[in-house]
Amino acid sequence: MREPFSLRADDVQAEAGAWITRRDSTEWSNADQAALDAWLAASTAHMIAFIRLDDMWKRADRLKALKPNARQRTGLMRRFASGTFAMKAVAAAVVAACIGAAAFLTPLRPTETVYATAIGAHKALKLPDGSRIDLNTDTTLRLSRSANRVTVTLDKGEAFFQIKHDPRRLFVVLAGRHRVIDIGTEFLMRSQPNHLEVTLISGSARLDAPDGRMQTPILLRPGDDLTVANNLITTTRKSSHRLAEELGWRRGMLIFEATPLADVVAEFNRYSVRKIVVADRVTASIPLSASFPTDGADSFLELAKAMLKVRVDRRGDDIVISQRK
Amino acid sequence: MPSNNGIVRGMSDTSETSHGWNEADGRGAMAAARNVNDWFVREILPLEPSLLKFLRRSWRNESEIRDLCQDVYVEVYEAARVEFPKSARAFLFSVARNAVIDKSRRAHIVAIEAVADLEALGVSVDEPGPDQAVMGRQDLRRLQSALDRLPERWREALVMRKIEGLTRPQIAQRMGIAERTVSQHLASAIVALSNIFYGDPPDEGGK
Repeated sequence: MREPFSLRADDVQAEAGAWITRRDSTEWSNADQAALDAWLAASTAHMIAFIRLDDMWKRADRLKALKPNARQRTGLMRRFASGTFAMKAVAAAVVAACIGAAAFLTPLRPTETVYATAIGAHKALKLPDGSRIDLNTDTTLRLSRSANRVTVTLDKGEAFFQIKHDPRRLFVVLAGRHRVIDIGTEFLMRSQPNHLEVTLISGSARLDAPDGRMQTPILLRPGDDLTVANNLITTTRKSSHRLAEELGWRRGMLIFEATPLADVVAEFNRYSVRKIVVADRVTASIPLSASFPTDGADSFLELAKAMLKVRVDRRGDDIVISQRK
Repeated sequence: MPSNNGIVRGMSDTSETSHGWNEADGRGAMAAARNVNDWFVREILPLEPSLLKFLRRSWRNESEIRDLCQDVYVEVYEAARVEFPKSARAFLFSVARNAVIDKSRRAHIVAIEAVADLEALGVSVDEPGPDQAVMGRQDLRRLQSALDRLPERWREALVMRKIEGLTRPQIAQRMGIAERTVSQHLASAIVALSNIFYGDPPDEGGK
């Protein structure tokens, strides 16, 4: 009972799909465009199918932010963390001086001020406009302010930004080759060589690369956790529960939930000059759920010895955790 | 209104990508179509899960659902060319309802009680439902789960093109198939992805 001119939706979709893909290929000429325009003009159904798939095609660009198997929430983070712990512990720790926040109050010229925390330290900066920046352990950032712009450069470490959005003053955070532009936001940023992680808690923010390498800026939404490593950008979602855990350091706490020992150790190592090393893979993968003060490496080691049935040995300046034979 | 923010931002985000559509819009008739297109993508497409749910309840023949959906879209789009309806949602569902009644009449089927069943479906005609807000927040997650449900080869091709940014010849080489086949895979993939992405209601209960 079809009207003579009615088009099968499946056929229309298939044709629209072919157009979308053709247009995406390199040899798209003016003649092709004209043919597309003619096809679109031939029927409203064509037009609709096309804009619908076109929207899908553009949306799929957000997939760039995903790795095919980024399904585990913290997949990439975990892998990264265990990579770090495996690396030889950094012997010389840079202990930078903490500079008082008072320097903030008279920012007349866009001069740069350096703020840093020592390993194990934690520091809160309050800006005159009510914004706040929490620096976690072993973090260095530079801050410069001008009339219409606040620029923070996160050289290393981790900082939590709570930005009072001011349309007249742009708030920009640079890290490595990327930058985050706030649009009224709370976010967490962790920067290491070749590795940047941004977690958006509330509001929204945009990530791009000032050198134009990224064609499309990525818009972050609350719960988005974005990782840039080796030029690969990965976005995963984090539950509010998980976000609260990651922000535990602001209260001086490290919170773990079924976290592999390797990652637990990597966390403690961020807060201590004395490094802990996990000797073998079996031990590294033991999951641990617990919370400790950030300086609680010793109680962690005690607990690990007693509960997880592992060996804890001193080896030079390091502490080694291994399987009990 | 606040619930729209997510999706509005989302759109402006994606529309910055230049994939030729913007260029196409710059010309004559296309420029006029631009507003309607934007409106349609922004207001109507997010309602597709609710629309399909309604159509499936009202029309038992699954093989005709997509056609019915297309008819509804055409009518809504053409009406919007003349004037944007005050409430996209209310308008969409009134068109859908008429389309089903029309079709039943032609097919000599009485399905009026099913058609009248909007409320029972939890489809509120007046207020914006969870769709728009949910779209913004869960966009990426849904996109990923839609991707996961694509047939293997199509997904592979799409991942290489969209995530890894490979060119068609590179994909052809990697997959060991002709470029032509890559194009076919990509076309099938984007159609299937759109049907899964739009057609599947986000988590029931809007959690």
